Amino acid sequence: MALDTVPAATAVPAIELRGISKAFGPVQANKDITLRVMPGTIHGIIGENGAGKSTLMSILYGFYHADSGEILVAGRPTRIPDSQAAIRAGIGMVFQHFKLVENFTVLENIVLGAEDSGLLRPSLARARRELRSLAEEYELEVDPDAVIEEIGVGFQQRVEILKALYRKADILILDEPTGVLTPPEADHLFRILRNLREQGKTIILITHKLREIMEITDTVSVMRRGEMTATVRTAETSPVQLAELMVGRKVLLNVDKVPATPREPVLEVENLRVVDAKGVERLKGVSLTVRAGEILGIAGVAGNGQSELLEVLGGTMRATGTVRMKGRPLDLTGREDARDRRDAGIGHIPEDRQAQGLILDFAAWENIALGYHARDAYSKGAMMDQAAMKADTADKMARFDVRPPDPMLAAKNFSGGNQQKIVVAREIESGPDLLLIGQPTRGVDIGAIEFIHKQIVALRDAGKAILLVSVELDEILSLSDRIAVMFDGRIMGERLATQTNANELGLLMAGVTEGAR
Amino acid sequence: MDWLALLQILDSTLRLATPLLLACLAGLFSERAGIFDIGLEGKMLVSAFLAAAIAAVTGSVWLGLLVGTLGSLLFAAIHGLASITFRGNQLISGVAINFLAAGLTVVVGQYWFAEGGRTPQLGQGQRFEQLTLPFAAEMRDIPVLGTLYAEVISGHSILTYMALLAVPLSWWLLYRTRFGLRLRAVGENPAAVDTAGISVRRLRFAAVGIAGLLCALAGAQLSTAEPAAGFIRDMTAGRGYIALAALIFAKWRPWTALGACLLFGFLQAVALRPALFEQTLGFRIQGQLLDALPYILTVVILAGFVGRAIPPRAGGEPYVKER
Repeated sequence: MALDTVPAATAVPAIELRGISKAFGPVQANKDITLRVMPGTIHGIIGENGAGKSTLMSILYGFYHADSGEILVAGRPTRIPDSQAAIRAGIGMVFQHFKLVENFTVLENIVLGAEDSGLLRPSLARARRELRSLAEEYELEVDPDAVIEEIGVGFQQRVEILKALYRKADILILDEPTGVLTPPEADHLFRILRNLREQGKTIILITHKLREIMEITDTVSVMRRGEMTATVRTAETSPVQLAELMVGRKVLLNVDKVPATPREPVLEVENLRVVDAKGVERLKGVSLTVRAGEILGIAGVAGNGQSELLEVLGGTMRATGTVRMKGRPLDLTGREDARDRRDAGIGHIPEDRQAQGLILDFAAWENIALGYHARDAYSKGAMMDQAAMKADTADKMARFDVRPPDPMLAAKNFSGGNQQKIVVAREIESGPDLLLIGQPTRGVDIGAIEFIHKQIVALRDAGKAILLVSVELDEILSLSDRIAVMFDGRIMGERLATQTNANELGLLMAGVTEGAR
Repeated sequence: MDWLALLQILDSTLRLATPLLLACLAGLFSERAGIFDIGLEGKMLVSAFLAAAIAAVTGSVWLGLLVGTLGSLLFAAIHGLASITFRGNQLISGVAINFLAAGLTVVVGQYWFAEGGRTPQLGQGQRFEQLTLPFAAEMRDIPVLGTLYAEVISGHSILTYMALLAVPLSWWLLYRTRFGLRLRAVGENPAAVDTAGISVRRLRFAAVGIAGLLCALAGAQLSTAEPAAGFIRDMTAGRGYIALAALIFAKWRPWTALGACLLFGFLQAVALRPALFEQTLGFRIQGQLLDALPYILTVVILAGFVGRAIPPRAGGEPYVKER
């Protein structure tokens, strides 16, 4: 698709990229990119993981150098050899992973690299004054003396925005800013961004979430495989059209499924309690049941006990209470481990695939065998049957559409979506009676999300029990048959998916119950 | 234990703590910038040798100190090149420097002076003499404070006073200047420094350079300011490692580093006077056991018996730019 419906060039673009190309070895990350960002607008850049969005913005911020092409800032050709040059050109960037010094105060982080003189005191004093006026102007309140590691991610992100504004940035680039935020924090961020636009700032928002693009941007550019495939006005497009532009084919945004036919209970949890190392009670008496042939979704803001629930059931955390799997009580004292759970018929797709689901330096075939390596199919007497493991991996990669389908490739060399498909393939294909799933599509692109969702529903239709934990309310609503909401270590309520909505669940997620309303 | 003996012990404490303190501050700058420095020992040794050798040959201890400093800086540059420019393993680079220094000093010493790796004993003018601070004589008779001033504070080499001055200076540099803020930041999160448009490489080289300078002073103190001045093989005797233990004990802070090094100096001073122990405790302690005290404390500290010490978070990790 060619560039179409580019906004009429009534003013000089704040940023103009002409023919930017960048290759990393044989991989062409950016191919002849042309982009015009008009001043005073919020310009979205959307694309799947690995489409080249972050690379393009890193070039704009002087972190990488383009192989060819030209950058114009406010109409003037500008060379950006390093980040200092980008800052001088009025460009600020908020990275996906914050670049903050964790044990410094907010003030020290803001001043770092933008000090007025060799002595700190005057710089800190000026920053303190400036911060106060910025906070008032843009709804960006933070305590200047708070230490970064002691404030929440939402506040840390504000510090990153303040850092850019303190350096007099007129153009603000945000890379996947809502990935780490709760829904209310994301709403607040969007208010801040609108505010900034009203004050004449230009904002470039990189995301893979269609909802955010539709909600806040004025113009949106779509990238696919290193190329800019389209730039359109947000008001003149639709999520379906954008998804198609991103993936290059039609995509089902909603999960297609028939009503569930739940049968006997598979997992029964009663009065589960967990106290962490600091003595804080993380689970405060959780009880729930998952039946064969249904998906129970656990909704909730991150950090309300969902992770602990998954870890206890997955066999990596101790607890008190009772858990019965197909009627047989499970040991919660730590005598049984994750392998015993797998033998009991519990598959587990952990929340953090890079830390818990995969060994990044191991090849795909080793990761596919991980946790199941002692099973007969993978064994030849006391030895591991490597040939069988590799053949099985090749087969699973083909059926789960893992790209590239190379069993010898190390896990770290796959994109996020394909890494997740490796974990999903391993756990689903092990034939569990109960599948625990944590954040199945975090950091996964649309094409892969659609695929993973289909697999989960297929497993349910095959009569298996599924416990799904996700902080994405949309995902919970579209996949689950029943929804339980967790808040502060407790189940606040249970609803049938067909008889509830985002508003009702949102209130429960914030800890508001019927009685208090 | 009588008053005079205590004064003598405190006096040796200060003298013995000097090289530890200088080396400890050297490690502090390096590690605060995220570069582990096992090679304190080697740099001290190189400087000790060169300072004594040049002083013996030219008769000028200051010229000796200058050449010793250049030698230490050269070794610091090797460490920087290996661990910053080529992103090598900082521990291995440091160990290599220690081996290199231990071998080179003896080989070159033997070649130059043919005294089994020693340098000749340094005479008058070839070593740093004990300085008598102003009014020391007049204040000697004022009880306690005056005596302390005259007997303990006064009468050390200029390097001891430089070491003591280095403490507030380091604190000021680290916590009150732009350079210090950036240095501490680069040891915690180099990506934050890089995205702020500051060179990680230059900052880390500066820190390693400061470490080289301070190690040079520490080495010179050992070979040119002790009572029997001159270089002997392996004369650092693990002080570089003790300084690292003191650094952990001090939780990477200058003032606590002073305290930690004085404690180690005190133990070394006590070990020099076994008779005193017998006198006060009423029984004999094996001399070797006393000698081992500082090293035992080092083991205890490193085993983590003194509370949790959180090292700079990016310590030991070469910085690689990433998305």
